[in-house]
Amino acid sequence: MTTRFRRALDNVTRVRGVRGAMLVAGDDGLIVAESLMEGVRGNAVAALAASLHKRFRQSMDAGAAGAPHFLHLQGDGGTLIVVPAPDGILVVAVGDPNMNVGLVRLEMLRAAEGLT
Amino acid sequence: MTAELARDPSSLVFLELGEALRRVGQLDAASRVLVSGLEQHPDLIGGRDLYARVLVDKGEYARAAQVWGTVLERDARHVGAHKGLGFVSFRGGDLDGALEHLELALAADPTDQSVISALRTVRDAAQELQAEVAPTDAGEDPLFAGLEGAEQGLLLVDDRGRVLGGRLLDRGGREVSEAVAAYLAGAAQEADRTARMLGLGEWRWIVAEGPEANVYVTPPTPETLLLILRDQSVPSGRLAMLAERAGAVARAWLEGQRL
Repeated sequence: MTTRFRRALDNVTRVRGVRGAMLVAGDDGLIVAESLMEGVRGNAVAALAASLHKRFRQSMDAGAAGAPHFLHLQGDGGTLIVVPAPDGILVVAVGDPNMNVGLVRLEMLRAAEGLT
Repeated sequence: MTAELARDPSSLVFLELGEALRRVGQLDAASRVLVSGLEQHPDLIGGRDLYARVLVDKGEYARAAQVWGTVLERDARHVGAHKGLGFVSFRGGDLDGALEHLELALAADPTDQSVISALRTVRDAAQELQAEVAPTDAGEDPLFAGLEGAEQGLLLVDDRGRVLGGRLLDRGGREVSEAVAAYLAGAAQEADRTARMLGLGEWRWIVAEGPEANVYVTPPTPETLLLILRDQSVPSGRLAMLAERAGAVARAWLEGQRL
């Protein structure tokens, strides 16, 4: 993994409650870079996050809302956040249900900008 | 007049006395005089009309309406009774009833300026009410009626992508409910799969922010999805509050559909 990618992901995973952060190819859901805690299934997170983002992009296009630039799924037992970056890359974070979403969002947006 | 009435209880002076007492605000005394006089002259519809006006002054509107009703039984074109019933109807919020009585009063006496003035007041009120109600009739979905954005940004969908209620319009005012519903069902299935496979538990909601609008999706029941679409000025916290209210409305509505 390049230093640039590593730095972008480390700033996200440094936030309390984040279990892992990844860069994912939006088209096929393959991992580009990852920084995950033990037990987090990187391949599944990458594939599902990419698929979820794609589905929501279709829904929002249908509603003329435009492609989502921030997607937040809240579950009882955890949180998934997806932020698109340039060149079809997605920044993905998975974490605890009560993690600081505001801070994670900020770091993910910075990470996405840093990939330009 | 009081002395004359005491001397002759059947005297018609009770009408004059009753009116005088009404004018000075002695309403209970006016009422007593008129009830007593009407016992002597039950068919005197002018006395009944006056008694009904005293009752209105006392705030006894239902009773006044009854008395004017008895006047109309004897004289269907009685101007005073139609004016009185028009007033009572207007006060009770029955604008149609008020218009009907006042128009009958005007038909009976087209020169009565008080009727013309009252008709103008009631017609203005009816027009204002119609203007307030019209947008609801034109666009607001009855399922979410009264909720913020019900006319353009709330949608209830079943798990197969069919619209159950609500309505979505894009920024150009174009109806997009069906198209969004169709994609939304797939997106929700994906959310369910993602939450399950990643150990995130049951998914509760998804917020998606777009360049033109923000979207909030939540399942109010296991078989349905609620979508709220708002412009970017509406923060996600407010979307969540709105979703809670809309979700409760949707659950109650769905429960009603099953009965």
